[in-house]
Amino acid sequence: MPDATGLELLAHELRSSQAIGADGVLETLHFRGKAALIVAPERIRPVLGTLRERGYTFLASVHGVDYLPHEPRLGVHYELLDMSRVDRVAVKLRVPTDAPVIDSVTPDGPDGPGWPTADHQEREIYDMFGVRFRGHPDLRRILMPEDYEGHPQRRDFPVGGEPIKFTFNEHDWQGDAR
Amino acid sequence: MNATGVSEYRRREESITLSAMGKPHPDGSHDELLTLNFGPHHPATHGVLRLLVNLQGEVVRSIKPIIGYVHTGIEKTAEDKAYWKVIPVVERMDYASYYFNATAYCCAVETLAEVEVPKRAQYLRVIHLELNRIASHLLWLGTSALDLGAISMFWYCFREREQILDLFEMSSGQRMHTRYIQVGGVIEDIPRGFEEKVRAFTSVMPGRADQYNALLHSNEIVLARLRGTCAVDADTLLSLGVTGPLLRAAGNPWDLRKADPYSSYEDFQFKIPVGTVGDNYDRFAVRVAEMYESVKIIEQAIEGLPEGPHITTDRKVALPPRHELATSMEALIHHFKLVTEGFRVPPGEVYFPIESPRGELGCFVRSDGSSKPARVHMRDPSFVNLQALSAMAEGSYIADLIATLAMLDPILGGIDR
Repeated sequence: MPDATGLELLAHELRSSQAIGADGVLETLHFRGKAALIVAPERIRPVLGTLRERGYTFLASVHGVDYLPHEPRLGVHYELLDMSRVDRVAVKLRVPTDAPVIDSVTPDGPDGPGWPTADHQEREIYDMFGVRFRGHPDLRRILMPEDYEGHPQRRDFPVGGEPIKFTFNEHDWQGDAR
Repeated sequence: MNATGVSEYRRREESITLSAMGKPHPDGSHDELLTLNFGPHHPATHGVLRLLVNLQGEVVRSIKPIIGYVHTGIEKTAEDKAYWKVIPVVERMDYASYYFNATAYCCAVETLAEVEVPKRAQYLRVIHLELNRIASHLLWLGTSALDLGAISMFWYCFREREQILDLFEMSSGQRMHTRYIQVGGVIEDIPRGFEEKVRAFTSVMPGRADQYNALLHSNEIVLARLRGTCAVDADTLLSLGVTGPLLRAAGNPWDLRKADPYSSYEDFQFKIPVGTVGDNYDRFAVRVAEMYESVKIIEQAIEGLPEGPHITTDRKVALPPRHELATSMEALIHHFKLVTEGFRVPPGEVYFPIESPRGELGCFVRSDGSSKPARVHMRDPSFVNLQALSAMAEGSYIADLIATLAMLDPILGGIDR
């Protein structure tokens, strides 16, 4: 992990980059020895691209978070890893639920190569949280059925929100929708 | 055997010419693509994986995996439970490596709550993790050999796996999903006689692994189906996020136990087996070689097992010992608070990766300050590694697809969660 000073230097370097700009990195966070950069959602591709040039060439994980009741609610985290220095840094961004659209980092683009490993993971975040990834090659549900409605990992999605058919109530079942 | 030392089988095999391949058939049928639905209920998919395979003749042109058949919403369930009650549900994700799931989760929570894990507990974790790694590799070896037609391997592998499950039963009372790893340590110290039983196992296991090698490494059919098939280089694997034995088979010695040691792995001497070209044979050989290394780690951990508590003495996160409940009011209060509400964890977010039998198993935990996690996410290696299947098997024969899927070692419980 970069230490607190290293993280500030990294943030400074990102902010001074043309494609990212001074308002591209919103905040730095050093917590329990783990470094995180909070970035503007529309700058995610240049940020990851610049960090790749700095040695963070392996995208270990992408995961979604729902920050209910805080706004903007939905978060997407990218865990980057520098294998030669054994150094990790997390890049985090937040988007609101009424316009949850960010650029996909999966495909190659004019701003540099993509991260093919993000393919399934972005699909999972779309499935579970409803974040839409602009430019993703195949943005479909991955774990839930294709005709499923709603995004079950959101915090306001109830547990057990779906009726279950048992033998004792199968005759009372209204229609046979499911 | 003839005079040149080449077996009759090999000579005949090499005499077959493939020059007619790739040439169009007179009626044009050669170029026709056949879409084959493979799974979800098929013994070679190692679970409920469904693949849509486009075939040109017998050659695989594209693969589309369809998953989610055993999605049970474990991450959602975890948000509804106190921190220590999440352990049994996350164990059920990757059902072949339950100790790893629990360790990744507990280490993440320990980092959040700043809990110190006693040295003895770390060693006990290592012993069980490595036993679990061998059990997981044995399950893989048995079922993969079955896919290649070597049926007897299955019985031999399950014989040793049974020994490991007996050890788990001895230390925790359960054979699978043991709930042995706790936040702050392990649930109980090992019982009397456990060390001898582990030593008996570690003395017998290398010999058994030699036998597996003898059965498979001199089996011409197995070698023909594994050698040189579906090789992928390390750079492609890295861009696809592949870790673990699959990456090491391609020659990249990345192993979190060495690179970024957790749970006292820095105390042990062991080697990281690597392959050279990253074909199916290397994937097979790396995993078999890892079993020997795991045995070495277990032997060292049993030998150097330090004295001391098996779980943290911080009463805020770990249950007090039973005898204290009869005499100490404070212990009773702690016990009551832990059982009813659980412990509270300071707000924050932590991603904790460990090396599972299939690669980097990372657990992301977000705490909002309450006694239940606000988000638990497992970066399961099977889920990420599955993306490499297309890169591996496209352009090869459908029979090699079966072998590649076996060598990929996906666990569908971990993929779907």
